[in-house]
Amino acid sequence: MVGIISYGAYIPIHRVTPETEGWEAPYEKATAHFDEDSITMAVAAAIDCLRESKREDIDGLYFASTTSPYKEKLAATTVATAADLRSEILTSDCTNSLRAGTTAVRMALDAVKAGSAKQMLVTAADCRMGYPRGTFDRNFGDGAAALLIGEENVIATIEATYSVSDEILDVWRMDTNKYVHAWEDRWVADMGYNRVVPLAAREILKKSNLTIADISKAVFYGQDQRKHAQMAKMLGLKPEQVQNPMFGTVGNTGAAFSLMMLVAALEEAAAGDRILCVSYGNGADAFLLEVTDAIAAVKGRRTIKQNLGTKMVVGSYEKYLSYRHMSAGEDEGNYTSIPEWPSASCIFRERDAIYRLHGGKCNVCGTVQYPPQRICTKCRSADNFSSLRLSDKKAKLFTYSIDSIAEAPAYALPLVDCIIDFEGGGRANFMMTDVNPKDVKVGMTVEMSFRKIATAGNIHNYAWKCVPFRGVSREETK
Amino acid sequence: MESIKDKVAIIGMGCTKFGENWDKSAEDMLLEATLEAYEDAGIEQKEIQAAWLGTTRLITGENLANVLKLDYIPVTRVENLCATATEALRNACFAIASGMYDIALAIGVEKLKDQGIGGLDTSEIQPSSRTSYPLGAAAHFFARMATRYMHHYGYSYEELKRTLAKISVKNHHNGSLNPKAHFQREITEEQAMNAPIISWPLGLFDACGVSDGAAAAVLCRADLAKKFRDNYVLVKGMGLAVGARQGFLQPAYDFVHAEETIRASKQAFDMAGIKDPFNEIDCAEVHDCFSITELVIYEDLGFCPRGKGPEYVAEGTFELDGKLAVNTDGGLKCFGHPLGASGLRMVYEMYKQLQGKAGPRQRKNPTLALTHNLGLNPGSAIGSVTVIGQRD
Repeated sequence: MVGIISYGAYIPIHRVTPETEGWEAPYEKATAHFDEDSITMAVAAAIDCLRESKREDIDGLYFASTTSPYKEKLAATTVATAADLRSEILTSDCTNSLRAGTTAVRMALDAVKAGSAKQMLVTAADCRMGYPRGTFDRNFGDGAAALLIGEENVIATIEATYSVSDEILDVWRMDTNKYVHAWEDRWVADMGYNRVVPLAAREILKKSNLTIADISKAVFYGQDQRKHAQMAKMLGLKPEQVQNPMFGTVGNTGAAFSLMMLVAALEEAAAGDRILCVSYGNGADAFLLEVTDAIAAVKGRRTIKQNLGTKMVVGSYEKYLSYRHMSAGEDEGNYTSIPEWPSASCIFRERDAIYRLHGGKCNVCGTVQYPPQRICTKCRSADNFSSLRLSDKKAKLFTYSIDSIAEAPAYALPLVDCIIDFEGGGRANFMMTDVNPKDVKVGMTVEMSFRKIATAGNIHNYAWKCVPFRGVSREETK
Repeated sequence: MESIKDKVAIIGMGCTKFGENWDKSAEDMLLEATLEAYEDAGIEQKEIQAAWLGTTRLITGENLANVLKLDYIPVTRVENLCATATEALRNACFAIASGMYDIALAIGVEKLKDQGIGGLDTSEIQPSSRTSYPLGAAAHFFARMATRYMHHYGYSYEELKRTLAKISVKNHHNGSLNPKAHFQREITEEQAMNAPIISWPLGLFDACGVSDGAAAAVLCRADLAKKFRDNYVLVKGMGLAVGARQGFLQPAYDFVHAEETIRASKQAFDMAGIKDPFNEIDCAEVHDCFSITELVIYEDLGFCPRGKGPEYVAEGTFELDGKLAVNTDGGLKCFGHPLGASGLRMVYEMYKQLQGKAGPRQRKNPTLALTHNLGLNPGSAIGSVTVIGQRD
């Protein structure tokens, strides 16, 4: 049975605490020193994990993080080399998501199950930054975890897995951002986290023919203490079933968070325990683990408990800022007032229309309509539509304008504003791109293309445009 | 359904100079238009029993009450995009026709030149899904109509641009005779045809300007009007039609007419008893936000047959001395389009024409006049038509 062979964790010794001059929160958090980052923390966790393991049995290493020090260049190779693994192994970074850690576990599991690897080492580390003195700055902590996945001598078998993908812009950092941004707090909880995590927990329990009462310990992501506690209630967990999320001591450690809690749970687990693990971030990954007798043989780890027990207090908040190259007052235009478009909650609500390009086809009169309507434009039937994907349909250009004064950057002008009629029905208004304006003609055939409309308020705004049907090469606009 | 015909009289009007009124706030313009209307009506403020304020921006009824120092009377703020000012008039008319009030104030204002950008920033007034394309200015809405007009009727680009140029030249000529206009300069057809393209096929001179302004009307029950003046003007009919995006959802829409104008005019004409608008109406102020809009409005209001607009324009039909003069004051082309003020600015001109007080722009003894607004865009619009006439 495939499962976890070994585990390790790392929490930096440095803490921002109420003793830190200028720190305003009544609790503490772990922070990487000036010479630490996600790679160095992952190495520390990996070394801790590999105490009794043979390096030569390991066929690959995944590094999971939202804060890789590189945007181009593997961090996994640095971690693998520093952890002294062989060279003929698979290395990959799993990034850009708060559930990168659990996704890497899932990928390692699949590799072992498929027989392409005997053992895979998963490392996860994060040191995310919220703008100075913001909520995230107070709640984010730094840390790392490592899990060795394999088939023999497992201390916990992974009995079931469940993953769900969910398009939502709730918490994010653009490629050009330094700080993590988020949409309105209440929306983030209600429409994202509170919807998806219970779904994942419910589905994996159903898959395993278990109820929440059968779980010994539940390990699950939470943005902060309050949201985590609310989720425990929502899932119907008793306090003793909830793994301590370490808020107020370590803080939210991002992609490493769920795995660090899992390590802490394993440290105290006994044979036969069932552990539920659910991560969150644009969906969720869930695992159901069953602890084996081999757990008793694990020893010599630095353990979460020991990591927590040793600390050095950072003298001042200013010093902490300088460690991380943060400047007081920086905020990248975070939302303190009503934002200009686009709206994350609106994109989420209308994601089928905006991203999937679903129109509605009236079940009574057959009229195709985009964007989807509630009342049919033709026969006025109410809420009686079937979804229809328009993204792969060709269309004919009915009329257009070529606009030179739009509020768009110069390189985007002129904008070709089109009214098109889809083959099989449906009229809609779209921009045309990849076209020389002189080639635009009433009646021409177009097809649809998913594009980035604009970036504003630290949000990338994606939507569909039409393009001339790709039959021949075209001349660029001069 | 009852008719508004002859139940409400306009006894006084006021209108500010339209333009980049950098030195005037919305409140300043509200006050200026109101004082002119009071003086024209020969009334004092204490006689006003209720007021309707039209504006699309963040100005409320309280702003009007404050600047005028109204005495705890009802003030209602209304909004209907480009028909906003007419909406203030329409609601005030209905309140008077109902018998609830004897005398009311209808006023509209827009302060566009504080927004910090050129063009019309529509982001504040459109409850957008916040995912829309970055097209703030409205030209592209109507340029699509121009493209289709060529295709639909087989006019060449040259032919259409010549027609549109003639409309702009006409409006600039009328504006040159009007000291309240934003632009008071004549232009030539060649200038208009060769102007820089803003949203193809429309050029700079196909578009109206962006300006600040306010206009006001004092209304009273028709049977009381004689107490205030002899040459009061009567409201004959009002129509309002709001689109439901039929044109964007149904391929049957041809993009060469605005159904909303047709429907609103039918309501107004039925109330006013108008059967043949081209021959019965003497002059009109229509919503020439773009030259193509005015061309299509001629056809939608029944001023000429479909597709024949260019011929009528070439014959000078709608010029100041033509059969049916359109936009005698210079139109949106010369006044710009402060959304909340435009409709009442139009009524101001028609009111002056009916009283024979339009100066160098005066038509010969007009008896019936029309104003028209078209909000939003072809495909889904807000059409508003008002007919006013001389007293018997």
